[in-house]
Amino acid sequence: MDFSLSNEQNDLLNSLNNTIHDYDDNYWLHCDNTSKYPIEFVNTIAEGGWLGIAMPTEFGGSNLGVTEAALMMMLISEKGGMTAASSIHMNIFGPSSIVKFGTKEQKERWLPNIISGKTKMCFAVTEPDTGLDTTRLKTKAERNENYYLINGRKIWTSTAQITNKIMIIARTSKRENGNPTNGLSLFYTDFNRDSIEARIINKMGRAAVDTNELFIDDLKAPIEDIIGEEGKGFSYLIHSLNPERILVAAEAYGIAKNALERAVNYANERSVFDRLIGKNQSIQHPLAEAWAKLESVKLLILKAANLYDNNKSCGVEANAAKFLAAEYGMEICKQAIATHGGMGYAKEYHVERLFREMMIPYLAPVSQQLVLSYIAEKALGLPKSY
Amino acid sequence: MKILVPVKRVIDYNVKIRVNSEGSAVETNNVKMSMNPFDEIAVEEAVRLKEAGKAEEIIITSVGDKGSQETIRTAFAMGGDRGIHILNDSNTEPLAVAKILKYIVDKEGIDLVILGKQAIDDDSNQTGQMLAALLNWPQATFASKVEVNSSELKVTREIDGGLETLKLNLPCVITTDLRLNEPRYASLPNIMKAKKKQIIEMPISDTGVDSSPRLETLKVEEPAVRSGGRKVADVDELINVLKEEVGII
Ligand SMILES: Cc1cc2nc3c(=O)[nH]c(=O)nc-3n(C[C@H](O)[C@H](O)[C@H](O)COP(=O)(O)OP(=O)(O)OC[C@H]3O[C@@H](n4cnc5c(N)ncnc54)[C@H](O)[C@@H]3O)c2cc1C
Repeated sequence: MDFSLSNEQNDLLNSLNNTIHDYDDNYWLHCDNTSKYPIEFVNTIAEGGWLGIAMPTEFGGSNLGVTEAALMMMLISEKGGMTAASSIHMNIFGPSSIVKFGTKEQKERWLPNIISGKTKMCFAVTEPDTGLDTTRLKTKAERNENYYLINGRKIWTSTAQITNKIMIIARTSKRENGNPTNGLSLFYTDFNRDSIEARIINKMGRAAVDTNELFIDDLKAPIEDIIGEEGKGFSYLIHSLNPERILVAAEAYGIAKNALERAVNYANERSVFDRLIGKNQSIQHPLAEAWAKLESVKLLILKAANLYDNNKSCGVEANAAKFLAAEYGMEICKQAIATHGGMGYAKEYHVERLFREMMIPYLAPVSQQLVLSYIAEKALGLPKSY
Repeated sequence: MKILVPVKRVIDYNVKIRVNSEGSAVETNNVKMSMNPFDEIAVEEAVRLKEAGKAEEIIITSVGDKGSQETIRTAFAMGGDRGIHILNDSNTEPLAVAKILKYIVDKEGIDLVILGKQAIDDDSNQTGQMLAALLNWPQATFASKVEVNSSELKVTREIDGGLETLKLNLPCVITTDLRLNEPRYASLPNIMKAKKKQIIEMPISDTGVDSSPRLETLKVEEPAVRSGGRKVADVDELINVLKEEVGII
C-alpha cells in the first residue's frame, strides 16, 4: 500500500499550479463581490487541456482517472474556492454518462467541444416539488416523430445563464411503484432559450457562478439527443453520481485547506496581550485538529476515487468522503473565521467567503442526512429509511 | 537545425533555502525541486524556434541524479523532442558540465546550444561561456532577444546601461536572460505526450569526462539574521543617533 502520489500526479499538480498561478485571492474576491463569472480562469483551464482530464484521448482528453480529477479539483478549490471549482465542475464530471452510454456518433458530436471548453453545460436534475426523491420528478418528455417535447420545472440548475447545452432527466413513461426508477430518460441537448427561461436565484455564496430556476416549455430535443435507451436514464445518472460526490468532497477539502492555511498564517502574525495568538493552545489546538481531519478525509477521498477507477463499487466510500469533507470543512471554515477574530468577518480576509461557499458541499449534490441514510442501509445493513 | 538545451534540476525558487545540520551544504532532502528558471526560458526559446519552422529537433539534456529525468520530462511537456540524461549522483562543476555538453554536441551534430545564463542554486554563470570556448564557437550571453535568419543570428543582450546587438553565425552558443521570453505552462495533453518521449540514460563515466571536483566547499552558513529597525522621533534625534551611537557622522 503506497500512500504517496506518483511522479506523474506530482507533475500534473505542479503544472496546474503554475497554470493558475495568476488567479490570486483578489481575482476571486472580485468575482464574488461583482457576481462575475470567472471566464478568464475557465479559458486558461480549457486552453491547458485540463477539462479533458478524465475524458477519452480520441476526443482530445487525457484519459486519466477520477483520482487525478479529484487531485486537480483539490488544488483548484484550494486556490479559488468553490467559485473556481464550480466554474468548471460540470465539464469534468458531467459528460461521464455520455462517455459510458452515448453512441459513437454522439461522442464525436459532443465530447470534443466539452473538452475544449467551447460547450458549457448545465445539469438539470433537481425539481422544486420533488427534492431528493428523484424518481418522483415531474418534468415530462413526450416522444413525437423525430423529437421529444420536454415540459417542466427545474430548480438549482447551476451555470444555466452561460451554458449552451443542458443535460436533463425527464419522465418518458409513468412512474410504477414496483419499479420507480424505470421510465426516466436522460437527454443532452441544446439549451434553447426560446423554450427555457432561466431565472437566477440570489444565494448565500458563490455569486460568480449562477444557479437558476428553469421554466421549460415545449423544448424540442431531437431523438439523436437521448442518451442510451429510453426509460433507463436513472441508471445512467447513477453512474455519474459517485464521481460527482468524490469531486465535491475534493472541492470541500480544498476550500478547508485554504481556510486552514489562512488561519495558521494569521495565528503566526497577530499579536495580542504581547504574544502571538498562535501561542495560545485554544487557538492552535483546533487548527491542529483541522490538519488531522483534513489528512484523514483526503485518504478517504482518494480511496473512493481509486475504487471507482478500478471499477469497484465505491458508493459508500464516495458518500462518506463527501459527508466528512463537508462536516470537517464547515468546522474548519468556522474556526478559520474565529481565529481571525473580527477580521474574519471582513471580506478582504477571504475566510468568510470560504465559509459561505462551504455550505454548498454541505447541501449538495446530496444532503448530509441522505448520505447517512445511505450508509446506514448499504454499509450497516439497517432498514432503508428513505 | 538541431538545438541542444541543457536543463538543471534545482531547488524550487519558492522554497526557503535551509543549510543542513552539518553546515556542509544546502538541505535538499524533502525539498521541492524544479527546473532552473533560466533553463525554462531556454527551452521556451528553442520551442518557439521550432514552431517558427527554424529548427527541426530539440534535444534536452541534464546532468545529475535520477531526479533529473523529471526535469527533462518537464522540458518535454513544453515541447522538447528527446532527452539525454547523464547520470551523476554527486555535484558536477561547471567545467565538467561544459565538457559533457561538448561531448553531446559532437556526438549529436548540434547547431545551436541554448542555456540559461546561470543556475539559481550556485549562480556560477560559467557553463555557457566555457562550452563556447571548448567548442571554439561564437557565443551571445544574457540574450534578451534572438532572431534567426537561416544561418545568421541577431542577438540582443542586456548589458550595463543599455542593449547590445550582436550578429553571429551558426553553430553558436546562447545563454538566456530573464526578459528573453515568458515560458509557457505545459498543457495537460502535452504532459501526457511527454511520457512517451525517449530519454537515453548514460553514466557520466561513458562520456570520458573527468568530473572529479576541483573546488572544495569549506562551510555553508545561513545569512546573518537582520536585526530589527528602530523608530526615532525626529531628524534631530536621528542625527544624534548616527553621531553618538552608530558613529558614522
Ligand atoms: C448552490 C447549489 C447548486 C446546485 N446546483 C445544482 C445543479 O446544477 N443541478 C441540480 O440538479 N441540482 C443542483 N442543486 C440542488 C441540490 O442537489 C439539492 O438542493 C439537493 O439535492 C437537495 O434537494 P432539495 O433542496 O430539494 O432538498 P429536500 O429534498 O427538500 O430536502 C430538505 C431537507 O430534508 C431532508 N430530507 C428529505 N428527505 C429525507 C429523508 N427521507 N430522510 C432524512 N432527511 C430527509 C434533507 O436531507 C434536507 O435536509 C444545487 C444546490 C445548491 C445549493
